Amino acid sequence: MSQAVGINFKKSSVDAFIAGLMALVLFGPIVGVVLDGYGFNAEFGRVAWIVAVVAVGRFVMSSFLQTEKGIALAFRYANSDDGVTVLPPGHKSKMIWIIPLVIAVGLLIPFIASKYVLTVIILGLIYVLLGLGLNIVVGLAGLLDLGFVGFYAIGAYGLALGYENLGLGFWSMLPIAAILAAFAGAILGFPVLRMHGDYLAIVTLGFGEIIRLILTNWASFTHGPNGVSAPLPTFFGLEFKRRSRDGETFHEFFNIPYDSAYKYMFIYIVLFAVVWAVLFIKHRLVKMPIGRAWEALREDEIACRSLGLNHVLVKLSAFMIGASTGGLAGVFFATYQGFVNPSSFTFFESALILAIVVLGGMGSTLGVVIAAFCLTVLPEMLREFAEYRVLMFGILMVVMMIWKPRGIVRVTRTGFSPKKGVVK
Amino acid sequence: MDIVLQQLVNGLTLGSVYGLIAIGYTMVYGIIGMINFAHGDVYMVSAYITAIAIAILTFFGIESFPIIIVGTLFLTVAVTGAYGWVIERIAYRPLRSSSRLAVLISAIGMSLILQNYVQLSQGANQQGVPTLLTGAIRFSVGDGFVQITYMKLFILFVSLLGMGVLTYVIQKTKLGRMCRATQQDRKMASILGIDTDKVISTVFVIGAVMAALAGVLVTLDYGAFDFYVGFIIGIKAFTAAVLGGIGSLPGAMLGGLILGLSEALFAGLISSDYKDVFSFSLLVLILIIRPSGLLGKPEVEKV
Repeated sequence: MSQAVGINFKKSSVDAFIAGLMALVLFGPIVGVVLDGYGFNAEFGRVAWIVAVVAVGRFVMSSFLQTEKGIALAFRYANSDDGVTVLPPGHKSKMIWIIPLVIAVGLLIPFIASKYVLTVIILGLIYVLLGLGLNIVVGLAGLLDLGFVGFYAIGAYGLALGYENLGLGFWSMLPIAAILAAFAGAILGFPVLRMHGDYLAIVTLGFGEIIRLILTNWASFTHGPNGVSAPLPTFFGLEFKRRSRDGETFHEFFNIPYDSAYKYMFIYIVLFAVVWAVLFIKHRLVKMPIGRAWEALREDEIACRSLGLNHVLVKLSAFMIGASTGGLAGVFFATYQGFVNPSSFTFFESALILAIVVLGGMGSTLGVVIAAFCLTVLPEMLREFAEYRVLMFGILMVVMMIWKPRGIVRVTRTGFSPKKGVVK
Repeated sequence: MDIVLQQLVNGLTLGSVYGLIAIGYTMVYGIIGMINFAHGDVYMVSAYITAIAIAILTFFGIESFPIIIVGTLFLTVAVTGAYGWVIERIAYRPLRSSSRLAVLISAIGMSLILQNYVQLSQGANQQGVPTLLTGAIRFSVGDGFVQITYMKLFILFVSLLGMGVLTYVIQKTKLGRMCRATQQDRKMASILGIDTDKVISTVFVIGAVMAALAGVLVTLDYGAFDFYVGFIIGIKAFTAAVLGGIGSLPGAMLGGLILGLSEALFAGLISSDYKDVFSFSLLVLILIIRPSGLLGKPEVEKV
């Protein structure tokens, strides 16, 4: 390709004109004519702006793709390999220095951060947990789960209703909720996982909605849309309240003045420990035969089945582990809010968790942690753009799938070298 | 007895609407094997365009019912068809060679974009359209009576007409032959000189047009809608498509009718709070018992 490439401006203009016309047809009615009762208010200025932006953008893009750089870019895009980066054998990860540092900083945070910052970080960590759970299902096993919020709801309502009906507290519900959610995952997954992967997406979507509808409509048990209050965690039986009906409270026992931030500090520390435990377990699982089987099934199901892998059991294990992580996150969410109601568990939550996994990179742990904080902490800071949040998530999903289907942080894997003395 | 008959009438119209939307799911699945998650939101967009078209037509002083209805149908079908084409062009065509998971996620992203974009430009409030067609036929049955509004008859008429025209196009015309050839074997069809990208675009436009018909009919009958209506009706239409056998055109229509009838009977006789739960449970049950649906062929996975 040594010949000089000229830009055909006529072609670019035609492209721009078509794009502008299309934008006029699409955005004209919806953006330009705002319904007001049975009449309407005309807002043609907005339409003109959008059409102009689309036409100019298309013109620039069309011209750029005709230059040498543009052709090279298009070529690279068409031939981008989206595999896993394999590091040379014997590669030492820098994580061995970073992880203790992060743990140390993380443990300092509750003592220096303000109460508001702490609550935002707790929310971020809850989404890290959710993202890690969904990442096992979507990222590692390649099963699209759109009802992940259902397991989250099971965990949250498990704590609230378990406390109300059975008197179970935070610590006993933490494992029980994980088991409950895993059990629900097994009941849902076992029949569906035998079939084609696409159906799973829609069945799980239906499952998430069923859970929400039941929580809303079964008022005698779940109190319907009014919600249920959830208990706080206890510190070896000491409560984080100003006054306790039975026994001492945390601040009385340690003879310190009451501060409502103590409960958040405690939730943070417990959550921090749980997130690290999940990270550790996930890290190990990926290297175990079961983790390898997940990824192999994701890449080529037919090959795996012909090699004798039981695809239903392998998928089910990923589905259940993911679900139980969602259940854990639900317990933390309920105790952090002190209250749960069905409006916290809409399809939007599922989409947000999916956006975390997609942005972070499917199968990548570090990416998911970063993405979870980006997508939950950033909207807290940019309150004035709150209404554009869902739009951004949508655009993010489409653009990431076209541009970088493996996410921002690519999965790396250390290669193997044969041991000395092995016959090649 | 009168309740059962009344719910049968309601279920028949509901089912024909589900059938119309299910056509979009089933044709797209048949041709490129993806679940078009944004299809329910295309329906939602068409509901808004219906109201906008009626508002514009009445603004220009047009009062007669036939002109309004024809004008609304024409505008809605044209604009919604354009939406179908653009969605395929932007979100799905660049992913033609990617994994199925990537296409699905892109479709969910598209669905979120449509919902939020309509919400941002039109506001989150519920919107409505004026009642254009009033009056009903009444039969007395035993102690009570069964009422069939003219609107319901109109829905049945238009949806049957739409399905009839589509069946004719797919079975008898050159375009239909190209669609069927691409559905059977995309690579072979393109070797034989069919522009498969164009055929896929056409299928998306056909799906959007059918959804637009449903959008006009439901909006005129029901009167109220918001930016979230596409979600539930989309899942139900997908259930109808799976029930009839995904990929099969008559299956989508049959599945729509069966789902509409059974849902209306469930709502009338057992509980209307749980009618959505009923539909979702039906979907799960069909997938477990007979994933290929009533008229579909079992899917064989090959290397």
